[in-house]
Amino acid sequence: MRYLTLLKSTQPSEPPPSGLMEAIMNLGAEATAAGALLDSAGLSPSATGARVQLQAGDLSVMDGPFTEAKEFISYALYQVHSREEAVEWASRFMRLHQKMWPSWEGEVEVLKVMGPEDFAPPA
Amino acid sequence: MTDSAIHRTVEALWRIESARLIAGLARVTRDVGLAEELAQDALVTALEQWPRTGVPANPAGWLATTAKNRAIDVHRRHVVHDRKLEIIGRSVADDHDPFVAEVDDALDDQIGDDLLRLIFTACHPALSMDARVALTLRCLGGLSTDEIARAFLVPEATAAQRIVRAKRTLAGKQIAFELPGPKEMSERLASVLEVVFLIFNAGYTATAGADWMRPALCEEALRLGRVLAGLVPDEPEVHGLVALMEIQASRSRARIGAGGYPVLLADQDRRLWDRLLIRRGLAALARAEELALAKIRPAAIGPYTVQAAIAACHARADSVANTDWAQIAALYGVLGRLWSSPVVELNRAVAVGMATGPAEGLAIVDAIAAAASLADYPQLSAVRGDLLAKLGRIDEARVEFERAAKLTRNAQEQSVFLARAAAL
Repeated sequence: MRYLTLLKSTQPSEPPPSGLMEAIMNLGAEATAAGALLDSAGLSPSATGARVQLQAGDLSVMDGPFTEAKEFISYALYQVHSREEAVEWASRFMRLHQKMWPSWEGEVEVLKVMGPEDFAPPA
Repeated sequence: MTDSAIHRTVEALWRIESARLIAGLARVTRDVGLAEELAQDALVTALEQWPRTGVPANPAGWLATTAKNRAIDVHRRHVVHDRKLEIIGRSVADDHDPFVAEVDDALDDQIGDDLLRLIFTACHPALSMDARVALTLRCLGGLSTDEIARAFLVPEATAAQRIVRAKRTLAGKQIAFELPGPKEMSERLASVLEVVFLIFNAGYTATAGADWMRPALCEEALRLGRVLAGLVPDEPEVHGLVALMEIQASRSRARIGAGGYPVLLADQDRRLWDRLLIRRGLAALARAEELALAKIRPAAIGPYTVQAAIAACHARADSVANTDWAQIAALYGVLGRLWSSPVVELNRAVAVGMATGPAEGLAIVDAIAAAASLADYPQLSAVRGDLLAKLGRIDEARVEFERAAKLTRNAQEQSVFLARAAAL
């Protein structure tokens, strides 16, 4: 099963503490070595992106930034055996923040990517 | 958390942690069977305690500590047992016991080498193939005996027996928990790759509607391959096998069609292929080829890399017509030299038939048929029938398809062959 995790957080008022990035990279290396992490990357602030919207038949393009309180910070793609395993990797990621950056708040959405197991063979 | 939620959390942790736990424990106990049992004990303890106490803040650390304490207990019991015979009443298991420090180190260190030792031990050629597969899934995949049994369609008792026998064989033959020396490295690595590919194929050939454990074997084999590629990054064939599995797995969704019947590569809807796996597979193949070319000996390109290169030709093509059949024919030629087999030669005939023309393909098929080793192989007749049909030799083609239908034991295949014969 494949899971996409999306990290969301408010833009922090202070830069991340030294060592956090290192710890995150180590965790990523560990998850890769375990054969679980397929891909991951940080996401630039929404100011650098855009939103393409279809509403009432009208297509519009809006440039960022967007006014939501929370921005997408990063994503990761895992290949695991269960939702709990994806949750465990996400929790480890969050525990690093908990330990090294106590004032930080955020959330990870754990989304299942549809796979062969979600498609019954065509009748 | 409900009990079943805790149970699932423990299972997830087990999948992530068990191999490292067993590897670390095996380093100090020098006994993979005992290490596996100690780790299992920690799992059982977690399953008993966590529903009452809640999941600890650092569950992985908890499992490691519990397993470590069990290891120390067992060690002390042995020490006490051994010494009681001579010195009754003297306290032996003090805190300066070097074993305690060693266990601490083993479970805290970088465990890369221990994990590799565990893989080589579980895939040791002294074990039967069934035993290697079962022990690998158990120790490196964290699969339960029941899951292994379901994956290989055997009773649970049979799977349990395979694991017990494997452990007994390792202990009985005193197989050291060590990395193979340079002399035996290639043979031992070949055994590991064979086990991983066998696990993959068991999942890949599973039919639709089969127990979900069977297709899950593909994912597990892929995971093991990726782990291995990280542990022995300089071995071209490891990357070759990973590439082959990634590219084959990319077709999972496209290869099951109406009614759950397998869809042949030529008939697959290529839009259903998993682009991520193809990209990963092509990257692994590039790595394998780069490493193989960097080796001095010319034999460095191995059969997995060649098969991956063939799979890559298909993966890169958006249709059968746009496939580089000349390259595939050449690669089957290379594969045939590494691994002489009439089946490989038959595949080469198909590729030559596509690349050069049906007459050239037919010449190769006729040469295989003359050697007679594949006389009763239905695919030989089917390929011959296909090439004859392309040459307009319809009556001969019909005879071949009917013969293929008679030879196959697979009902689906039979109806395909009969339909081809009838459509001519």
